[in-house]
Amino acid sequence: MTEENKNKPERPRRSWSFLLYLPAVAKGLFNTLLHILKLKGHKTFTVQYPEKRQEVRPGFRGEHRLKVDELGREKCVACLMCQTVCPSNCIDIVAEEAPWEDRDKRPKIFEIDMLRCIYCGMCEEACPCDAIELTEKLYTVSTSRAEMIYDKEKLLSN
Amino acid sequence: MNDNPQGILMGAVRAVAIFGGIMTLAPMLVMAERRICAAIQNRVGPNRVGPMGLLQPLADVIKLLFKEEIIPDRADRTLFSLAPLLAFAPAAISFVAIPVGRDLQVADLNVGVLYVLAITSLGVYGISFGGWASNSKYSLLGGIRSSAQIISYEIAMGLAIVSVLMISGNIHLGSIVEWQAENGWIIFYQPLAFIIFLVAAFAENNRLPFDMAECESELVGGFHTEYTGMKFGMFFLGEYIAMIVMSSLLVTLFLGGWDPVFFDLPEGAAGTAISVLCFTVKLLAVLFLYIWVRWTLPRFRYDQLMKLGWKAFVPLALLNIVLTGIVVSLLTETG
Repeated sequence: MTEENKNKPERPRRSWSFLLYLPAVAKGLFNTLLHILKLKGHKTFTVQYPEKRQEVRPGFRGEHRLKVDELGREKCVACLMCQTVCPSNCIDIVAEEAPWEDRDKRPKIFEIDMLRCIYCGMCEEACPCDAIELTEKLYTVSTSRAEMIYDKEKLLSN
Repeated sequence: MNDNPQGILMGAVRAVAIFGGIMTLAPMLVMAERRICAAIQNRVGPNRVGPMGLLQPLADVIKLLFKEEIIPDRADRTLFSLAPLLAFAPAAISFVAIPVGRDLQVADLNVGVLYVLAITSLGVYGISFGGWASNSKYSLLGGIRSSAQIISYEIAMGLAIVSVLMISGNIHLGSIVEWQAENGWIIFYQPLAFIIFLVAAFAENNRLPFDMAECESELVGGFHTEYTGMKFGMFFLGEYIAMIVMSSLLVTLFLGGWDPVFFDLPEGAAGTAISVLCFTVKLLAVLFLYIWVRWTLPRFRYDQLMKLGWKAFVPLALLNIVLTGIVVSLLTETG
């Protein structure tokens, strides 16, 4: 390759003040000083965790909740749509006959394995009765694997 | 130092006081570094241990002391154990010649500048040996880089100091400060030498933007990759003490040392106390600059570092010496 590369980009011409470095350094130092002094709208983004907590943004997908209707009955009719759509197979429903007039079934067992759940919100979208939703609850904590499988009572009270 | 027992005792007291001072300052500096870094990065920083987190350095040191010491399998055990001491000791003993107050230093050496330069340069052996003895390629590269860097910047630094010595006409650190108390700070006579010295001091201490010896993003941890526990702690402490020594030298040579500028020092102990206070304030200001620069600038590339050292600073420092020489000789002939 003796020919010169025509696609080679030209080097930007640099002024002597750039080559001194010092003006740029001073500018950078001034910038960080503003950060230290917290002038010009800089603020501390971290919080003192256990005492203060970050605000949860609207639309955050946290733990699930089973909704109840105005009579205090769970809205769920055990149609298994959420169980079917769930990509991580974490929902387990066993249906039983509903004691009420307006529907045929209700869930006898409604369990969500929180260790498997990926919080995608597909169950919420698939539900025809608007019976399941994702809350803004962020701290899914337990001391054993068994506790991480949320049953119907837990989900209703969430 | 004279031979009478009282003089030796006073010397010992001063040595303990000043050494204790820097040994206290070094952990606090680590603390300050972390808090200032946090402020620059819009974080809070360590604030849990003790009031405002002031006991954090203590907790750090306790942690380091109790950590397991690991020596790599095929490491050179003698050198590996010796290296942290070699990094730590020169930094600590080079402080003796610095006048921290009026007539207050551990050893009043009449070749103070040369002594400090000579001893601080020894610190690089600790880093190189540490890199060599670890039997790790990252450590070795860190050690090699460090030695190359210090050789390059030592020259520029020495040449920058030469122009200071030409102006003050003395190599005794106390006399240089006294000259500045009379005639004003040397930074105003020698701004170029000041900048060269400052940058070379950053490089000499392996501080960002010149921390080629550590260089986390390329060399894991550089020379101290394989070090754990208090051996690592010694490197760490040595680095910060070296920082304090270099800042002290900077304050002494360019910023008037213990001279309070606005008023004359009273006679006796009160004057000495004020002079120590002035020195401390200036020292802390320079140390703040160190930390501030570290969290502002990105790291230089290795070839850029060498280019800056050999192609910019050495010629500039030589030019500065020639110019200073001409001006000084003209002034002394007419005056």
